[in-house]
Amino acid sequence: MTQVENRHPSETLEINFGPQHPSTHGVFRMQMLLDGEKICSLKPVLGYLHRNHEQIAENITYAASMAYTDRLDYLNAMTNNFAYAIAVEKLAGIEVPERAEYIRVIMAELARLVNHITVIGFLLNDMGAFFTPLLYAFREREKILDIFEEVSGSRMMCNYFRFGGVKRDLTTENLTAIMQIVRRFPAFLEEFEALLTKNEILCMRCQNVGILPANLAVNSSITGPVLRASGVNYDIRKVDGYSIYKRFDFRIPLGEKGDVYDRYFVRILEMRESLKILYQALNKIPQGEFLNKKTLPFLKMPRNFKPAVGEAYGRIESPKGELGFYLVSDGTPQPWRYHVRAPSLINLTVLEDICIGQKVADAIIILGSIDIVLGETDR
Amino acid sequence: MNMPPLLRDIEFAVDLSFVNAKGWILDLLSHIVPDWVVVFASIVISGVAILVLGPVIMMYLTLLERKLIGRIQNRYGPNRVGIWGLLQPIADGIKMFTKEDIVPVYADKVIHCLAPIVIVIPALMVFLVVPFGERMTAVNLNIGLLYFIAVSSITTIPIFMGSWGSRNKYSLLGGMRTAAQMISYEVPMTLSVVPVIMMSQSLSTNKIVLSQSGSYDMNWFIFTPWGIVGFIIFFLCAVAECNRPPFDLPEAESEIIAGFHTEYSGMKFALFYMAEYMNAFTLCGIAATLFLGGWQGPFLPSWIWFLGKTFVLICVMIWFRGTFPRFRVDQLMGFAWKFLLPLTLINILVAGLCHFISEKTGWIYSFIIFSISFWVLVRLNRPWMPEKRHYPLAN
Repeated sequence: MTQVENRHPSETLEINFGPQHPSTHGVFRMQMLLDGEKICSLKPVLGYLHRNHEQIAENITYAASMAYTDRLDYLNAMTNNFAYAIAVEKLAGIEVPERAEYIRVIMAELARLVNHITVIGFLLNDMGAFFTPLLYAFREREKILDIFEEVSGSRMMCNYFRFGGVKRDLTTENLTAIMQIVRRFPAFLEEFEALLTKNEILCMRCQNVGILPANLAVNSSITGPVLRASGVNYDIRKVDGYSIYKRFDFRIPLGEKGDVYDRYFVRILEMRESLKILYQALNKIPQGEFLNKKTLPFLKMPRNFKPAVGEAYGRIESPKGELGFYLVSDGTPQPWRYHVRAPSLINLTVLEDICIGQKVADAIIILGSIDIVLGETDR
Repeated sequence: MNMPPLLRDIEFAVDLSFVNAKGWILDLLSHIVPDWVVVFASIVISGVAILVLGPVIMMYLTLLERKLIGRIQNRYGPNRVGIWGLLQPIADGIKMFTKEDIVPVYADKVIHCLAPIVIVIPALMVFLVVPFGERMTAVNLNIGLLYFIAVSSITTIPIFMGSWGSRNKYSLLGGMRTAAQMISYEVPMTLSVVPVIMMSQSLSTNKIVLSQSGSYDMNWFIFTPWGIVGFIIFFLCAVAECNRPPFDLPEAESEIIAGFHTEYSGMKFALFYMAEYMNAFTLCGIAATLFLGGWQGPFLPSWIWFLGKTFVLICVMIWFRGTFPRFRVDQLMGFAWKFLLPLTLINILVAGLCHFISEKTGWIYSFIIFSISFWVLVRLNRPWMPEKRHYPLAN
């Protein structure tokens, strides 16, 4: 197509998207410079939800921080707990019983399902579908949250993991309930896909929008489904094989172009793989202890838990990417340094690069497809 | 129609009940007051009926929409106020009246306050030419259709007034989108009506309905090849004209918050809302009139046929809202100019062709013409078509 020369003088329009905007997923602000509907520059402004998470954690005991990690990425408290537990176990050299590992994997994969369906629901909401996909997604999410409530006592702020295991054992009723969800979930995914994946408007809106090239993604240390949608085969569940992920048979879906559509579809395929892991874990879960008995005294007296001087970095593949906790101990009950490698924040760094030149409406869905949670971004 | 005479009488009486009621009132008046007052009263009765009908339809359309969308989304919708939530619209109205009326400090106050008034007037004015039933058109204009198209296109101006007068950047973006969208969709909409005018040889809405009578009153224009295509184009344009999803860019909630009515509160917002719903109703009514035979139909009274057809179309609009994501602005314009407009021009050609050849060969020819042109248009619009993707599963 030939480009028509613009002979008329035009002005740009500076506009603030957020922090009070329905589609910024919280209190996020984008300072945009618009030329008509096209974005000339975009500056993310963060920090509206900053609440000193790391500083607080450096002034309280290791065990007390567990409840605070729930508030990081409030959509999947289970995986935040998981990453923190792994970091502390590495620091203090605590072993985890077999059954506890299985319970951890089951909870982490359930959290992945919750996260991905919620993200897709909100992405469609950003695209302008009037709440229908979101409410369909929430219907399934409720069932999983019911499980979380039964095992941990809370729907979202689970605080379920402990150093060396989990807080409470799963009963047989819990396991059958989870199995039922796993069995019924594919039917829901089919329904969801019939409504969405083949929808022409959705394809038109998503395809070739916000393309993130593989080299840019790697250079900006993007992780998670956003990276895999760009075609890079990197999943910490496979790379590290932490916990017991090496025992399960699952595969990593990869995208082709790295646009919004790939990010959307990779998440759907990842849910199918998660279901595979859940199915295997539920069938193989052994009997035994759910918590390392040696850690019981620390649970009762958290101030007695003083890991030896040293440092540790524990990371997992959270639904949003690589979630890591870096801990430095100086032999006191509090960590000397506590740092969170938050995937939401680091994935957000490419937002400007992939938004420039797109339309306003595209910026919204690109932000939705990157999948941020402000609790984690601002900490 | 072959019906027993008694049934036929009853149907006829029910059919004309509103017309007869007006006749009785005027009859009664003519005994008491001079003639010129009777003429005046005849105008006032029709006017009041329309002024009451418009807002009442709007109120209950909001309820219908909330109920239907609720059912689409696995929930109940409003059911607390009155049985089945039937008093909900009244509660909403009271709420709207008691809300604080906010005018932004830097707004152009005259234009800001004028816009919601200006938008309601054309929405009410188009009710004049909608044929609600046999002999139930308020004003039987012989240029009714032209009047409808002219008046309904005024809606663009108050929306732009509102968006400019509010002095809000989101509103401004919404206003620019509105101007672009409504003007472009008016072109295919007007052209899709042309075959109807050609066939019925009249611009009067009443005459158009009467020309669709035929056997069993079912000789509707939608049962012709050009009628189907014309109806689909007209209906899509109507959805775009009244800013309903998937063409709701001017008020895109997730992008520009509420577009042109971001800064409006209370009753001023309600007036915008009212105009939108009344426009939706009249556009569906006109679509039913032009292509679905208006009030023509066997057995049932005419106004029931008309309202039934209109509400079916409105339910389709609500269904769209419950299922579809929104278009992007360039895709929206491309759809109007690169797809709908050529198709309407071909449709006019086909309508002319069908007029001069027999019905059967007409169907065959038009099928061939439409499939070829559709294929060509899809080919030319290739960059906007979805592509198939392949997703490898790595280890």
